[in-house]
Amino acid sequence: MNKRLLSLTVNGRRREEAVADATLLLDFLRETLGLTGTKRGCDGGECGACTVLVDGAPRLSCLTLAARCEGTKVETIESLAEGGRMSALQAAFHEKLGAQCGFCTPGMVMAAEALLRTDPSPGEDAIRAALAGNLCRCTGYVKIIEAVDSAARGAR
Amino acid sequence: MERMAAFELRRPESLAHAIELMATVPGARVLAGGTDLVPNLRHGLEAPATLVDLSGVPGFAGLDLTPAGARIGAGVTLATLAADRLVQAALPAVAQAAASIAGPGHRSVATVGGNLCLDTRCVWYNQSEWWRRSNGYCLKRGGDVCHVAPQGGRCHAAFCGDLAPALIACGAQAELAGPEGSRTIAVEDLYRDDGRAHLALGSGEIVVAVVVPPQPARARSAYRKARVRAAIDFPLAGVAVRVTGDRERIERLDVALTGTNSRPFRLAETEAFAGRAVDDALVAELGKAVQRQAGPMRTSVTSSNWRRQVAATYAQRLVRELAATP
Repeated sequence: MNKRLLSLTVNGRRREEAVADATLLLDFLRETLGLTGTKRGCDGGECGACTVLVDGAPRLSCLTLAARCEGTKVETIESLAEGGRMSALQAAFHEKLGAQCGFCTPGMVMAAEALLRTDPSPGEDAIRAALAGNLCRCTGYVKIIEAVDSAARGAR
Repeated sequence: MERMAAFELRRPESLAHAIELMATVPGARVLAGGTDLVPNLRHGLEAPATLVDLSGVPGFAGLDLTPAGARIGAGVTLATLAADRLVQAALPAVAQAAASIAGPGHRSVATVGGNLCLDTRCVWYNQSEWWRRSNGYCLKRGGDVCHVAPQGGRCHAAFCGDLAPALIACGAQAELAGPEGSRTIAVEDLYRDDGRAHLALGSGEIVVAVVVPPQPARARSAYRKARVRAAIDFPLAGVAVRVTGDRERIERLDVALTGTNSRPFRLAETEAFAGRAVDDALVAELGKAVQRQAGPMRTSVTSSNWRRQVAATYAQRLVRELAATP
């Protein structure tokens, strides 16, 4: 099995680890780094539960080879809270009941985070488009869209 | 999903090195964004010993739009293509097709070349190893019968890329490079009508870029597709249309389809529509032509007849809408 030394930044911290070429970013984050906030859902690129940010763009970590993330900046759900305080977006999910069972929530929040960084005042269509790749089987999406909208309004 | 079989990842830093690797490393396979290939590897649909990652090839992700036309590097991501205002203005069908593919997490890394070289899809093929083994595999991989049409000797898996029809309707060409040198072919000639071997690429040949000529002054284009879920899902039928002219008289009509056959294809015999008004008679004839030439088989959970009809209906609606656009 071919391995290589991978160096990248995960949640602001420099990391250097030996990874096999066939290791997925999802497995690297969860198994090697112990960052289990990123969820393994469909495990085939269809549900969005494993969404993380790579250099600020939303990426499905179950489709991403860790070895291709050399030199990148990866951000997971664990990066959002500061000093034990939720980010405004996380707080909005909490207050607007955007999470029920919670399994899709890390992926939803990271997809929404990517949207709000590029478009701080999205309309409902933009929010729906940004979350189109994320499945939720509990909420019916209405409360999730409200949460993202509320976070965007709160930031203004 | 299953764990991925081990492979060696090579990351060439020049096109020449990538081509050399493809020519000299046995079983080497090109890796672009990986959004199609990685799930296929995990399903055991392919087991290459070496993946040649093209993301580090300089200029591969270049996007140039000038009055002389567009040159879209094979490594341009679908997100970049969809968001480019010049592409949106000059080649709306291409921008719309790119924006409609998969979800934001795919488009941020999936590429133009990867979408053009997407593997064909079928309910009997895009399944796990044990699922396929339980059914004695299929003609596309591991078996000797196509379960879609057991009497025929060919694989009917459908090509489901969205960019190809939009590029075909806009008259695009594909730049290829391989061990034998470089060549440029029409995008429609990149494909063969065989679900098992649908790409007309030579051994070790790579799609380097797509070149789109300047569009005619009075041309307008659009892309539309049918699918079960409005994101992620592949097209059950996708139609790109370019109308040159207006409602009273169209000079030229270009229609291309995806999702219905083993290759994306340009609708034949559209010369018959040139010089005519976009009226009920023309729209009815167009619908019949699409129904005749589209050949959806039972490769998806949706009925073939519905896919044939929706392809025709979308072509008709797009022609009416584009002809009515000032």
